[in-house]
Amino acid sequence: MSQPLTSTPYTGGVPAPVPTGPVRLHINGETRTLQLAPWTSLLDALREYAHLTGTKKGCDHGQCGACTVLVNGLRINSCLTLAVMHEDDDITTIEGLGTPENLSPLQQAFVDHDAFQCGYCTPGQICSAQGLLNEGRAHSEAEIKELMSGNLCRCGAYVGILDAVKEVVDKESSDVGA
Amino acid sequence: MSQTNHIGKGPNRVDGPLKVSGTAHYSGEFNVPNLAYGYVVSSPIAKGKIVAIHADEVRALPGVLEVFSHDNVPHLAWFDKSYKDQIAPGGSPFRPLHEPDITFNQQPVALVVADTFELARYAAALLRIDYEQEAHETNLETKRAEGFVPGKGKTGFQPPPPPRGNPDKAWVNATHQMEAEYAHGAQHHNPMELFTTTVEWRGDGQITAYDKTQGVFNVKNYLMGVFGLGKDDVRVVNQFMGGGFGSGLRPQYSVFMGVLAALELKRSVRVTLTRQQMFSIGHRPNTLQVVKMGTNPDGTLAALQHHALHETSQFEDYTENIVNWSGMLYQCDNVKLGYELAKLDIYSPQDMRAPGAASGNVGLEVAMDEMAYAAGLDPLEFRLRNYADRDQNVDKPFSSKKLRECYQQGAAKFGWEKRTQEPRSMRANGKLVGMGMGGGVWDATQNKSAAKALISADGHLTVRSGTGENGTGTYTIMTQIAAETLGLPLEAVTFELGDTDQPEAPIQGGSWTAASVGTAVKNACDALGEKILKLAQKQDDSPLKGAKFDEVEFVNGQLRLRLDHDQAVVLRDVLQASGETQLEADSSATPNMAKQQGYSMHSHNVAFAEVEVDEDLGTIKVTRVVSAVAAGRILNQKTARSQVLGSVIWGLGMALMEETIMDHKFGRYVNHNFAEYHIPVNADIPHIDAIFVHEDDDIVNPLGVKGIGEVGMLGVTAAIANAVFHATGKRVRDLPIMLDKLL
Repeated sequence: MSQPLTSTPYTGGVPAPVPTGPVRLHINGETRTLQLAPWTSLLDALREYAHLTGTKKGCDHGQCGACTVLVNGLRINSCLTLAVMHEDDDITTIEGLGTPENLSPLQQAFVDHDAFQCGYCTPGQICSAQGLLNEGRAHSEAEIKELMSGNLCRCGAYVGILDAVKEVVDKESSDVGA
Repeated sequence: MSQTNHIGKGPNRVDGPLKVSGTAHYSGEFNVPNLAYGYVVSSPIAKGKIVAIHADEVRALPGVLEVFSHDNVPHLAWFDKSYKDQIAPGGSPFRPLHEPDITFNQQPVALVVADTFELARYAAALLRIDYEQEAHETNLETKRAEGFVPGKGKTGFQPPPPPRGNPDKAWVNATHQMEAEYAHGAQHHNPMELFTTTVEWRGDGQITAYDKTQGVFNVKNYLMGVFGLGKDDVRVVNQFMGGGFGSGLRPQYSVFMGVLAALELKRSVRVTLTRQQMFSIGHRPNTLQVVKMGTNPDGTLAALQHHALHETSQFEDYTENIVNWSGMLYQCDNVKLGYELAKLDIYSPQDMRAPGAASGNVGLEVAMDEMAYAAGLDPLEFRLRNYADRDQNVDKPFSSKKLRECYQQGAAKFGWEKRTQEPRSMRANGKLVGMGMGGGVWDATQNKSAAKALISADGHLTVRSGTGENGTGTYTIMTQIAAETLGLPLEAVTFELGDTDQPEAPIQGGSWTAASVGTAVKNACDALGEKILKLAQKQDDSPLKGAKFDEVEFVNGQLRLRLDHDQAVVLRDVLQASGETQLEADSSATPNMAKQQGYSMHSHNVAFAEVEVDEDLGTIKVTRVVSAVAAGRILNQKTARSQVLGSVIWGLGMALMEETIMDHKFGRYVNHNFAEYHIPVNADIPHIDAIFVHEDDDIVNPLGVKGIGEVGMLGVTAAIANAVFHATGKRVRDLPIMLDKLL
């Protein structure tokens, strides 16, 4: 009792792909011109064309937050936006926040609080936390937890993430106060 | 005072700066030149046959290099044996692109390779495939009467021990009895990193596969067998893995696809699965369990019976140890354990964090709670009355077991004494409050491992072993062990892993890496230390002349007599004076069978959980968890704590969220993405305390470590389920406990 599941042939042949073109992106203070198909996501442009692999792909559907980058200081899922839409924007990735020899305060806090295990969601967590700091919204633990909940961590490093973000949030607010 | 005692302290991860700066390179992040991209096409049907693949239509697109399917895959290895990896279960392993037959939904049926990722994805979306569908069965409920006892099973599988005592009669005659059925659906590992392989074509049929795997040697052997490659033709590398949890124990079809395309096209190729395809590579199986218990008048267990049935594929008999633990966690003389499989039209299940134990533990530990209530006993008191001082499954004492201390310290920290026994008797913040507990047991295993240690004239130590780092902290603990063994600061040591060019290490799983690779690292450093001592003694005025190796120690960059610390030489001076540019030593480590054969070796834990339940909405909030773990010696307080916190969160996910839902009409998982397969997020996380109860155990291995990646997950799920019962009076026996089950 088998049933056929037959595809519908294309009329006029298989549609051709859209041609590529140059796209100018300002990433971490540098201007890069990449040859991209218009449907290339910002995430794929960063990873596969600019070779900035610090930004991670975890779902490609805006569900996990691993691809979080800062666009003009605001955190976005780079898998949910096309590279061609960002020619006039300032894009900051994890590589733009600090280096192994010169970590940013958030990066150092993540190391100190062991706020990661496998490390794959970590760049997205840190970019998200940096966005949170830029937004100036998170003050209490509950707010940080809620506003960091768009970034999944399968290792379950959430306690360390909270502690790391809180340390930097507290420090920044006391610096402002002083 | 020694500054080079590192073991047991809590230094930051040595690979931390790389991970937080985006400079740790995972498998899809090696940008080799002239890279092509492969995109996998998955079957939309669960059973049937491919009738036609209209590959020429998309092959004609400019930039598309090839479409691989069963139509054109070249002759590969013929026998099943060549496809069997180190931990393959019984049966015939799945062979990707081998034949037109479809045996599970989402089966990979084609690989489209193109110059760019965008083009490969586009062409894959256009590829037309015609199928003949056949009727499938994916519902375990229909197979209750068709369970079968598996044969030999995979490495590590132990059939349940034969019954002891008279479990049927003892249950019938017991003072108090319980009998219940427990169920959970399929669960998927879902590491954050997608399965990816970057295959670098090195020319002349030689490749390097940067592959997401928990075992580079397992993948290498698989590739050699399947593709007929020589030992020098293939190198497999994984220096950072974005989470495994068991999903990378076996070679996945992503590496098969990447290597196939690279060899055929003579070009470097990257293949990355989608998140949806991550639900086609193995899972914790849908499991049904029945537990029967009975007690004597004094609250001791009179009888314990535990039976489990779980799904497997049509082609492999995937096995795990689900019920065995129930015969050893508590003292009971009348025990019957049963274990069966049923075949469905699904992909083979795959070990997932604490495989078997996590499933069986829910049955056992919720049943213990039910039994405690039936017998009118506090659940902690009930467990203490049934404490096992011997492993009755094998009739041996434990090499060490401080579960009693875990109970005591965990209960004290949690405030268990404030709990009132009656369900629905505690309230706070307008909500029902519940407190529950559960405990668990996991194997302490050591597997054969090898390591190489090298020290340069400037005193920098490099140690290598082909193990893995998937978040467990391997780089850090191995660095600590090596540095302490040769008396060096952590900065003077580099540990390298994840490469088949290094000494062989086992698959990273089963919580055995610290014990196995750690011992090999220690042995290699000791072997190197002996060479350093000999060099030192060659020097004319050496204060160490005549000293045996066990009479010296390496501390603070010095080599000195144990009994006279003033008789010392500086390590770096010895190396520089010797004129050698580098010294090296290889060593391996195997379990000491003679020492171990008289003992049962296990880690234990207990978890206490508090929940708040909104009675109107049925919402459950876990507010506190205390987890107390007895796992021998802890190598790194910081990374070990993180593992336990992560385990607790896994237990929480299993209790309240995680289930891959099968639409039986299509034989397809319908929530195969992160929006619908729920894992805990930051806002779900309660306050968690992790307690380590130290155990001295020189039987398990010279380091005294038992491993902690899995034991910490046990008990948690049951503790939360039991807390929900305590809060609401409703006993939910099918996980996850969603709010509809409380309304």
